[in-house]
This record gives sequence, C-alpha cells and structure tokens, in this order.
Amino acid sequence: MKPVPWLILLVLVAAHHDFWFWNDSTLLGGWLPIGLGYHIALSIVAAVFWLFAVKTAWPVEDEPASVEALPEGSTEEGSAT
Amino acid sequence: MTPLVIIGIYLAILLVLGVSSNRLFKGTSLDYLLASHSIGPFLLLMSLFGTTMTSFSLVGSTGKSYAVGIGVYGLMASSSALLHPLCFFIIGLKVWKLGRDHGYTTQIEFFKDRLESNRVGWVLFPVLVGLVIPYVLIGILGAGGTINAVTRDVFPETFAESNGGIPSWLGSLVICGVVLAYVFAGGMRGTAWANAFQTTVFMALGVITFFVLVKGIGGKEGFFESLQSASGAVDPGKLSREHMPHRLYFAFLLIPFSIGMFPHIFQHWLTARDANAFKLPIVVHPLFVMIVWAPCVLIGTWASAKSVGIPESLPSAAILGFLVKHHSGEILSGLLTAGILAAIMSSLDSQFLCLGTMFTRDVLGRRDSGSSESDDRRTVLLARGFVVFIVALCYVLALLAGQAKGVSVFNLGIWCFSGFSALFPLIAAALYWRGLTKAGAYASVVTTAVFWIVLLLDSDWGNNQKYSIHGQHQIVTLVAASTIALVGFSLVTRKPSDETLAKFFPKT
Repeated sequence: MKPVPWLILLVLVAAHHDFWFWNDSTLLGGWLPIGLGYHIALSIVAAVFWLFAVKTAWPVEDEPASVEALPEGSTEEGSAT
Repeated sequence: MTPLVIIGIYLAILLVLGVSSNRLFKGTSLDYLLASHSIGPFLLLMSLFGTTMTSFSLVGSTGKSYAVGIGVYGLMASSSALLHPLCFFIIGLKVWKLGRDHGYTTQIEFFKDRLESNRVGWVLFPVLVGLVIPYVLIGILGAGGTINAVTRDVFPETFAESNGGIPSWLGSLVICGVVLAYVFAGGMRGTAWANAFQTTVFMALGVITFFVLVKGIGGKEGFFESLQSASGAVDPGKLSREHMPHRLYFAFLLIPFSIGMFPHIFQHWLTARDANAFKLPIVVHPLFVMIVWAPCVLIGTWASAKSVGIPESLPSAAILGFLVKHHSGEILSGLLTAGILAAIMSSLDSQFLCLGTMFTRDVLGRRDSGSSESDDRRTVLLARGFVVFIVALCYVLALLAGQAKGVSVFNLGIWCFSGFSALFPLIAAALYWRGLTKAGAYASVVTTAVFWIVLLLDSDWGNNQKYSIHGQHQIVTLVAASTIALVGFSLVTRKPSDETLAKFFPKT
C-alpha cells in the first residue's frame, strides 16, 4: 500500500479540526462565514484527494466486466434501452 | 392542495420507475437481492449516496444549524465527505471482491466464513437488526409527519383531529406502501433505479429551494445583496463555532465510520459490476455531500436571525418547511416535500430489502449456490415475503414508537450511528488483521451491545442530549470498548486455520 495518499489523508483529517477559524465570524464576500467556507473548500479538496488516491493507490486490479452478469436488455448501468 | 398533488405525481413516477425495472428481472435470487452484480458507476454512486443521506440531510441539518450555527457542516458534512469515501475504498472494495469470489450476500455470511463460526449470526443478527430498526422508524415517522405538516388545513373536516392534514399514520402507510411496491417488484435493481431518481430529486430541489429562500430571507433585489443581508443579520456566535465544544467536534469524526458496518450499504457494495464501478462514488461523494449540506446549513443559520421571525415554539425539524411556506408558493412547498420524501425513501427501500435479505439468507439459511431453479424461485418468493413482513412490522413499530411516552425515536438515531461505528473495528479487523479470532469478534459484538444498552438507559433513552462519559461523547466509549475487547480476546485465543487465512489474505 502506497504511503503518500494515506499521509495526505491524515493531514486532511487533521485539517478538519480547524481551531484557527473556531471563533472567527468573518464573512467572506460579505456573506459566507469563513468557517463554513473553509469546510466547503475541504469537501472539494477531499474529492480531489480521492481522485488522486483512486489514480495512484487503487487496490484492486482492473478486471473486465462479466458479460454474463448483465441482465438481458440492460445497458451499461443496468438500465433499459 | 397543490403540494398534495405534486407529492402524488412524484410517488406515481417512483412507482412506475421501480415497478418497470421488473421487466429486466431474471427471476433468480441473485438478481433479486444483488441485481446480478450488474450495477455500474452511476447507479452505484446514486444508490450509495441516496442510502447514506436521510431526511436529516435536508430538514435536520437546517434545524440543527438554526440551533448551533455553521459548525454543523464541519461536525457532520465535511467529516462524511472525507471519511465515507475512505469506507468505500478500504472496506467496500474488499467486501465486493470477497463477495464476488465467495458468493456472499449478507454481512453474516461473510463473518461466518471469516471467523469459522456458524453461530456468529446468533450474536450479530440481533445486534444489526436492533440497530437498523430505529433508523428505519425515523424514516417512517418522518415521512408521516412531513405529509401531515404540508397538508395541514387541506381537509379541515375529514381529518380534524390531525389539524386538517393527512394523519401521520396514513402518510406513513402510503410511503411504506409505495416503497414496498417497488422493492417487491424490482428487488435490488428497482431499489437502485428508484434511488437514482430520488437522489437526483432531493439534490436538485435542495439547490432550487436555496436560491428561492436567499431572496426571501435576504429581502433585497439582487441575489448577492440578499446573501449579504441574510448573513449580516445573524448573531456572530452562529457564524463561528464558539458554542461548539472541541471534544464533541472531534468525537463526531467517528460517526462516518458507521457506514462501514451498515448492512444495507454492505449489500449495495456487492451489487457493483466490477471494482471500477467504485471509482465514481469514491470521488464524487464529497461533492454531493457539499451540494446537499452547504445550502441547508446556511439557510438554518440565517433562520436564527431574529428578523426572520421563526416562532420560538417551532420544532427544529419544522424550520425548513416554515421558511418555504412563508417565502415561496405552494408549488415549491410541494416540490420540497417531494424532495424530503425522496431523501427518506432512498434510505428506507435499501433498509427494507436488506432486512428481508437477512431473514431469507441468515435466518432461513437460503443459498443460491447449487440450488435448483425451482428452489431458487422459492428463495425469491421467500425474500419477497420477508420484505412484506419487514415493512408491516416496521410500520406497526413506528406507530407504537410514535405513541411511546418518554422515548424519542429521533434521539435514538444518533445512538444507532454510534453502535454501528463501534462495530467498525470488527469489519476492519476482519479484512485487514490476520490475528482476529472468533472470540475477539464475539467479544467485540457483545461488548458493543452491552455498553450500548447500559449507556442508552443511563442517558434516559437518549433524551439527555448533553450526556457524556467523563466529558466524552458516548461514541468514544463505545468504539474504545469494542476495540479493546476485540484486540484483547483475539490476542489470547486460537487463531483461524491456515486455510481460512489463505482464503481471506491471499499472498499476492
């Protein structure tokens, strides 16, 4: 298991406890509380991080989809055509 | 009346969608319970997200933010954005691979094999069902209450006793009936399709509601001026986390791990067509959490300003509905209600199907491997029968819980999450620690159950909202006790056989 993604995850989990904005009620742009803005940004960073983790530390070898498993008449998502 | 018509149309669409998925039904138990492992990335994303998000994501988050401010987002949303994908990544993928290779459908089947114990279900089954049922009841009661609130005064004579609205028992019954219809007809595929539709609905309506309410609450001509006006009127304490204890905030980081042991999430993982199907849910889940939660937290925080005029007696769960009713028309009110019901039903369907599956597979011991076609058809019939039984049972329990004095099923909700989080070390150890033994697993489950019951009673059935153990939230005690029991007993008892270890920890 590659260590870099897990180290980054630890940093993100630590960053979740943002004591530096705890008592700060500054409004970004005059409307977005800075503590909320920070955590919205953290959610976006989380998505970017997981994209990175999927690209660099995917734990399962890619395997072709089982044609037999797909229901008759279904498309890629198992939905009707 | 308009909201009622919109809800009716929404439920009809859902029924048509769910029931039409039956056209693709192959007639096998594998297809009914796991959609023949055919679910691709998009449906898996929507199913997992829809199942993990409940009405709390819309209504509860608004009410909680009204009470404590913007800290709710960090407390419950950004932690989930970080850690739910972690559970998909480290637990879901492994579970999917083992399930595909060894034919598992339920958690108990997996644990039986991993722990070399046919009796582990005797301990695990009541604990899992006991923790899921309050969660189900919250959905049923919430649906009935939502329909009652939005139809208030529509039928002043017919339903005079319920403020002229459709009584909660009837609203709950209709919702249970609709969910039952599409789960019965379409099984897991019907559930996945319905979830995708419902998730789309509640996300879209949440965003639309936000844009409408910004103007209503802010009261200015321009959108950004309204945003600034709404935030500017709020007490600064609610715009920060000065009233939120650091310990509580830290303890809530353990809550997202609960989904690692949700039996209905386990079943959804097993439906994936291949490992790649997990990539989209892992990456997009944090963004979906943000899209649903951020607007609701802002709206709730704005509502706490005195100028908004929320009556002090208004229950926190009614705040979003109140705002919609006062700042928009009946159409949006109906659409938002449909969105709330979508969030509720997208969890209920998976839970009903999962409980039906557990009774069929774990209690009756029905297996698909090696069984004849007629035997397998009988399994499908039994599974459908159990789904009907579970829905009826939960509905009756919800009626009883709604009338119970001194016990709030809503307060029990957070306790259920705590219980599942306390079981997370078990699934993590089963997948990653060769040293986990049967005794260690039993000790972990029993310790969780005993501590959960003792602490719940000590907290007056969860009614004591400030309950703590030596200053810590109960989840910290539960997770610590479960982990200590698991590790302690595993270290001093006999390890699983080499054959089992080779099966679950193959050398690569």
